[in-house]
Amino acid sequence: MRKLLIKGGMAVLESGVFARDILVEGDTIAKMGEHLEDADAEVVDARGLHIFPGLIDMHVHLREPGFEYKEDIASGSAAAVRGGFTQICCMPNTQPVCDNAAIVGYIVARAKEVGLCKVRPIGAITNGEQGENLAEMGKMKAAGAVAVSDDGRPVSDARMMRLAMEYASDFGLVCLSHCEDKSLVDGGVVNEGYNSTLAGLKGIPRAAEEIMLAREIILAETLHKRVHICHVSTKGGVQLLREAKARGVRVTAETCPHYFTLTDDVIVNYDANTKVNPPIREAEDVAAIKEGLRDGTLDCIVTDHAPHHRDEKNCEYNLAAFGISGIETSFSLSYTALVRGGVLTLEQLARRMSGAPAQILGLEGGSLREGGAADLMLADLEEKYVIDPKDFLSKGKNTPFAGKEVYGRVKYTIVDGNIKYRAE
Amino acid sequence: MLGKDLLGLYDTSAEDIVAILDTAVGMKKLLTQNLKKLPHLQGRTVTTLFYENSTRTRCSFELAAKYLGAGTVNISASSSSVQKGETLIDTGYTLDAMKNDVIVMRHPMGGAPHILAKHVRASVVNGGDGMNEHPTQALLDFYTMREKFGGFKGLKVAILGDIKHSRVAKSNLFGLTKLGAEVSMYAPATLMPQGIGQLGAKVASSREEALAGANVVMGLRIQLERMHGGLFPSLSEYNRYYGLSEEHLRYADPDCIVMHPGPVNRGVEFTSDVIDAPNSKITEQVLNGVAVRMALLFLLVKNRQEGEKNA
Repeated sequence: MRKLLIKGGMAVLESGVFARDILVEGDTIAKMGEHLEDADAEVVDARGLHIFPGLIDMHVHLREPGFEYKEDIASGSAAAVRGGFTQICCMPNTQPVCDNAAIVGYIVARAKEVGLCKVRPIGAITNGEQGENLAEMGKMKAAGAVAVSDDGRPVSDARMMRLAMEYASDFGLVCLSHCEDKSLVDGGVVNEGYNSTLAGLKGIPRAAEEIMLAREIILAETLHKRVHICHVSTKGGVQLLREAKARGVRVTAETCPHYFTLTDDVIVNYDANTKVNPPIREAEDVAAIKEGLRDGTLDCIVTDHAPHHRDEKNCEYNLAAFGISGIETSFSLSYTALVRGGVLTLEQLARRMSGAPAQILGLEGGSLREGGAADLMLADLEEKYVIDPKDFLSKGKNTPFAGKEVYGRVKYTIVDGNIKYRAE
Repeated sequence: MLGKDLLGLYDTSAEDIVAILDTAVGMKKLLTQNLKKLPHLQGRTVTTLFYENSTRTRCSFELAAKYLGAGTVNISASSSSVQKGETLIDTGYTLDAMKNDVIVMRHPMGGAPHILAKHVRASVVNGGDGMNEHPTQALLDFYTMREKFGGFKGLKVAILGDIKHSRVAKSNLFGLTKLGAEVSMYAPATLMPQGIGQLGAKVASSREEALAGANVVMGLRIQLERMHGGLFPSLSEYNRYYGLSEEHLRYADPDCIVMHPGPVNRGVEFTSDVIDAPNSKITEQVLNGVAVRMALLFLLVKNRQEGEKNA
């Protein structure tokens, strides 16, 4: 059996950070301990590196099928392993929409062919993400779907969302809710506030997000079902979630690096790389998101990796597409802002970027333990570098972080015991 | 120093504003003497690129350029063509390749001139971009105020109407606060943008409060489509609670002037008494607009000439 011995690194375990050698046999972590030796194993020199459970991103857009000019499963997978991710869950807003077992099956098969990271499709909640009829959740699950969502197109009708939560639960699927009351968004493109007025761009009020978030909490609470809230961006949203969790509502939630590293001051130059939905908010929201990540109100960090063609960003702000290509910067941004910034410990960061998403979706991996999947990420936390989208393996170079100095460089990404990415 | 472009007054210094106004004094003198064949911009080309309908702004720029001897080209692109067909940046490359010196642009989206300016060698003048800025309208307003009051320090300016969607209100606010004037604003809550107080406006809670002691009373055009959008119930209700008649002007300074960027909806923002009163500067504003735009075009081109010499 093929063996890999990772020697000399610091392992980020749930209980803390310890010097551990890790012996991988096949696709499994066989042994963890100090001073391991194995004459047959290929040795990875991990001195000076930290070993994390392979990162899991439960919210990405791979654009295939239909929008391969923005990204495809091959380029998205390559970007994912460069970012330290061993497992990613792709949203169904492709063309055609991933609302049936055939497309779920296509994505799974294509990802296997590409053979870089594990790609877990998310099926649509409703056919065509139209919000009218439930998609075939059972068949999609059988084909490999790990959750359902109408991401990008919220389920506006409350009754439909109620039915979705109920029906999805029969198959052990959780609904991932993109919370956005479209009537309040009303054509807005940035956060509503001082900067939207300054720039003369139409604002999106926080209420647009929070009203639907409150609806999902109430539905989950009264139906005794689970729900997961996508990309939380506001202080009020964190507060609603904290209160709901305290009452025992079965709600989990995610946020993205751009919501805890940027304020909407970045929009005033009309650089459409700052255009994202929900929009980048204000300083008090950033503080609340960080606090939510610290106290666990926000369970996990996702990227909402949304690659776009440069022509879709190099235009009038109103006309530009929403979204940030984030999968290659997520770890460094999160480590720099949260761990170096004193918000999270390394173990907590591993939990938010791997353990929690694995638990929410019932995926393998998520922690370093003997007998577990050999999905690992090795990073040099002392290495400082400047983000340059020209280096991205993703087709989407749309990032507001170009030129930003960050710490923590991914050195190896190991999927099922195979080295899928190695920094040169 | 004024740069390559004039995109907004938020980024323009008080000195530059005053320099434009000072230059406009001479221009207005020439205009009033009916001297309309001046050599300042001979051999230069000014293109107006309008993605939104406009009569007075476009005409004003075109005449300003013509009076100074420039060649002018007018391009009308319907708003719908923004979404399809040639991109703004490609249009910019095309105009640049034809050796335009100045592009005056109006566009329904905030920031569009800023994007164009980054991609062209020509000077870009913002002729109004979405809800963002309309700097030359504000400059002509300043000219009109200065002509009457001599300066801006301590001047009280009341702006009433659809503040939320008004690029005129914002350019006025940015410029006037830099020049030392005080700006109060009043609008239905549905037409008042967030954060305008932080940007320097005094947000009034009544017409009377906004007008108290005002030297300048400025009304903003109410667009009918806002009513259909549910932002207020009817024009007549708007007029009753937010419009101005002569009796409201009692709260303003007795020597106040009345201004409006036009076109005016008679009986909505202002009653006809107010519009036609002797202290109304609405028509004078139009003349001043040509003078101010002549001054601006002249200064921008002069800058370019100096840049070309140094290059």
